Amino acid sequence: MIAAFDEMKEQNGSVRPAYGELTRWLDEMPPDVLDYRRREAELIFRRIGITFAVYGEGEAQERLIPFDVIPRIMSGTEWRLLEKGLTQRVNVLNAFIKDIYGAREVLRAGIVPDDLVFRNPAFRPEMSGQDVPHDIYVHVAGIDIVRVDAETFYVLEDNARTPSGVSYMLENREIMMRLFPELFSRHRIAPVENYPDELLATLKSVAPSSASRDPNVVLLTPGVFNSAYYEHSFLADKLGVELVEGRDLFVKDEIVYMRTTQGPCRVDVVYRRIDDDFLDPLTFRPDSVLGVPGIMSAYVAGNVTLANAVGTGIADDKAVYSFMPAIVKFYLGEEPLLKTVPTWRCREEEHLAFVLDHLHELVVKEVHGSGGYGMLIGPATSKVGIEQFRAKLKTSPKNFIAQPTLALSTCPTCVEQGVAPRHVDLRPFVLTGRDRVRIVPGGLTRVALKEGSLVVNSSQGGGTKDTWVLDG
Amino acid sequence: MLSRTADNLYWLSRYVERAEYLARILDATQRLSALPLAYVGTSNEWESAVATAGCATAFFKLYDEANETNVTDFLAFSTANSSSIRSCFEVARGNARAVRTALTVEMWDAINGTWLELKRYGNGPTSREEFSRFLRWVQESSLRFDGSAYRTMLRNDAYWFSRLGVYIERADNTARILDVKYHLLLPKNERVGGALDYFQWAAILRSVSALTAYHWVYRESLQPWLVADLLILRDEMPRSLASCYEAIVRNLDSIAGAYGRQGPAQRQARGIRTRLQNIRMDGIFQRGLHEFIGEFIVENNRLGALITEQFLT
Repeated sequence: MIAAFDEMKEQNGSVRPAYGELTRWLDEMPPDVLDYRRREAELIFRRIGITFAVYGEGEAQERLIPFDVIPRIMSGTEWRLLEKGLTQRVNVLNAFIKDIYGAREVLRAGIVPDDLVFRNPAFRPEMSGQDVPHDIYVHVAGIDIVRVDAETFYVLEDNARTPSGVSYMLENREIMMRLFPELFSRHRIAPVENYPDELLATLKSVAPSSASRDPNVVLLTPGVFNSAYYEHSFLADKLGVELVEGRDLFVKDEIVYMRTTQGPCRVDVVYRRIDDDFLDPLTFRPDSVLGVPGIMSAYVAGNVTLANAVGTGIADDKAVYSFMPAIVKFYLGEEPLLKTVPTWRCREEEHLAFVLDHLHELVVKEVHGSGGYGMLIGPATSKVGIEQFRAKLKTSPKNFIAQPTLALSTCPTCVEQGVAPRHVDLRPFVLTGRDRVRIVPGGLTRVALKEGSLVVNSSQGGGTKDTWVLDG
Repeated sequence: MLSRTADNLYWLSRYVERAEYLARILDATQRLSALPLAYVGTSNEWESAVATAGCATAFFKLYDEANETNVTDFLAFSTANSSSIRSCFEVARGNARAVRTALTVEMWDAINGTWLELKRYGNGPTSREEFSRFLRWVQESSLRFDGSAYRTMLRNDAYWFSRLGVYIERADNTARILDVKYHLLLPKNERVGGALDYFQWAAILRSVSALTAYHWVYRESLQPWLVADLLILRDEMPRSLASCYEAIVRNLDSIAGAYGRQGPAQRQARGIRTRLQNIRMDGIFQRGLHEFIGEFIVENNRLGALITEQFLT
C-alpha cells in the first residue's frame, strides 16, 4: 500500500509548524495524564448523554462514539484553500439540482446521462418544474474530505440530504476546552461555537416571502429512536427553536401549523432531519408515521421552506459524483478546486469488467449507501469475502461504484501503546442562505482507530477528534 | 410551547413523584411488617401496600398472594408493572430525553444520572439492608430532580406544567393512602381500634413524610382524626390535599395569566380548592371519609383529563 500523508510529520521526521506546540506539549505530558483525561472525557460524554444508536445491534442500543483527545490541526492557509473549494462545491450542487428540476441543460448538453437521473430512486418527479424559496436546495451540506498530500484534497462524498455530526464538532471543542485549558492558551484557534447562530441566520434567510419578519423555524426529527436524536435535540436547543416530531405538525389550507399549549401556531421554515421518503405519507411512503400529511402541498404552494429541499439526494448519488469534474466546469466554467476520486461506474459494462478484475485493490460502495454499511475495501478483505462481494456485485451492478483505495492522511492519535498515526477524514459543514455561504472553520474529523483501517464511520468503530484551524 | 413538550414535562414530574411515593410506601410497610403481630394485628401489610400503590388488579393477575418478596419486586423492580419504581424512572428518563431542550442541564443530569444508576441495582437487592439503601436512594433521586427543577427552571409555562404534574400526582397519592386506610381513621370519640392502630397511623404519616410534622402541628400523641385532618385540610402540610390544590390553582393561574385566557381546567381546580376550603373534618366524617376521598380521587382525575384536553393535545 502507498505510504499515507502524515499531517504531523514531514517525511524526514521533522514536525510541521502547525503541530509544533502540540508536540512540545505532548512531550511534556506524563503518559498517564493523557489516559486519565481520555477517561474523564468519556465520563462527561456519557453524563451529557451524547450517544448514538447503532442499527442492527438489537433494540435501541445507546453507544458512545469514541473520542480522541489529540486534536487534528490545520493551518489557516490550508483551511482557506479548502474553504474556497467547499464554496465552489456547494454552489455547483445547488446549480445542478436547480437545473435537474428545471431546465435540464446539463442533460441536454450530454454531461450527465438521462437515465442516471430519471431512474434514480433519489430523483423526485414531484419537484420537476417546482420553484423553491430563493432557489436554494442544499442549505446544509456535509462534504466529506480526505487528504492525500500537502495540497491535494479529495471530496469523498457529498452529503446533500440530512448530514449529521455537527453536534460532535461543537461538543468535542467544549470538552477539549474543559480538559485542556493549558493547551488552548498556547494556540490561537478559530472558534466553532457560532455555528448555531450561522445556521439560524441561514434558515431565517430562506423563509418564504409570505412569512412574517421574524419567521418561525422548527427542527423536525423522526424522534427519540433515531440514531442522531441527540444531535437534533442539541441543535434545537442551541438554535432556540422547537424540536418537533411529525405528530406535532399539521397542515390546514396548505399552511403548516404546530400544536402548542396555546393552540395552532404557524411554521415558516422546517429544518428537517427526516428523509424525503418519510416526509409526507400523502406524497411519498404511505406507511410513514414520522412525517406530516400534506406538508408537500404546503411546500408546493410556497408557504413553507424545507431545508434541505426535497430531492437533493440526486446530487449525492455516488454515480452522479463521478461526473462532478465535468459538472463543475459546465456551470461555472472553472476547474474544480477539490478533486474527485476516479470512479468506475459498475452500471457501465467496461467499468464493471475492470472492477471485477481488480476487486482486491479497489473500494466498492453502494451508490445510495451511507454510514459505511455494505462497502468492500478490497485490500483489507479476505478472498472469501471478496468472492461473496463479487456475487453481490454481479447481481446488481447498477447499485455500485468502485474507486481506488486512497491513502487517507494520518494524524497522531491516542492508542493503547501510546500515540500513533491513524487515518482520518474531515466533514466540514457548509451553510447556504439567501445572502451567502457560511462555513465555520473546522468540521468533524473522524478517525479510524484500528491500525491500518481506512473506515472512519462511527458505525464501524471509528472515533472523532476536535479539529483546529490555526491563525496564519 | 409545543403541546407534546408540555405533556412530557407534566408526566416526567408525575413519574418521578410516583417513584418517590412508592419508595415511601415500601419503607413504611417494611417497618410495619417487622413489628410483632400483637402491635399491628393480623392484617396483611403487603397486600395493603399494593392497594395503596393503586395496582392491586395488575398484581393479582400475576400472583396469588401478597408477601414481602413478590410485593417488593412488583412495586420496585418489575418491568411487568408499568408503575413500578423502575418503570417510573425509565418512563421519566424517556420523557426527559424526548424534551431535553425544555429541561435545564441540572434536571437532565438528575434524571439521566438516576437512570444510569438504576442499572446498578439489577433485578433487585440481595439483602434487606441493600433494599433500604435502594429506597433511600429513590427518595434522594426524586428530591434531587425536584430540587433542580425548582432551583434552575425559568418561571414560564414549562415550569408551571412540570409543577402541575408534581401536585396532581401528589394529591392522588395522598388520597390513595386515605382511601385504603380510611377504616383506621375514625372521628373523635370512636376509639374502636385503640392502641392496635397506633403503628398504622404512624405508618400512614411516614409514607407521606409527615410524622415529625404531625407533632409540630398538633403537639399531642397520634389521634386518627388529626391524622386525617393533617392529610386533608392543613395548608401548611405539603402533601395535604388542601396544600396540593393551593399549588395547582396557583400554577394554573400563572398559565392563564401568561396565555391571557382561562379554561375548564382552571375552573375545575378552583372548584375543588373551594370545597376543601369550606369543609371541616367533622363535616367530612359525617358524610363519610371513604365517600369523600372517593369523590376527591374522581375529581382530581377529571382535572388531569381537563388539563390534557386544554393544553397537552
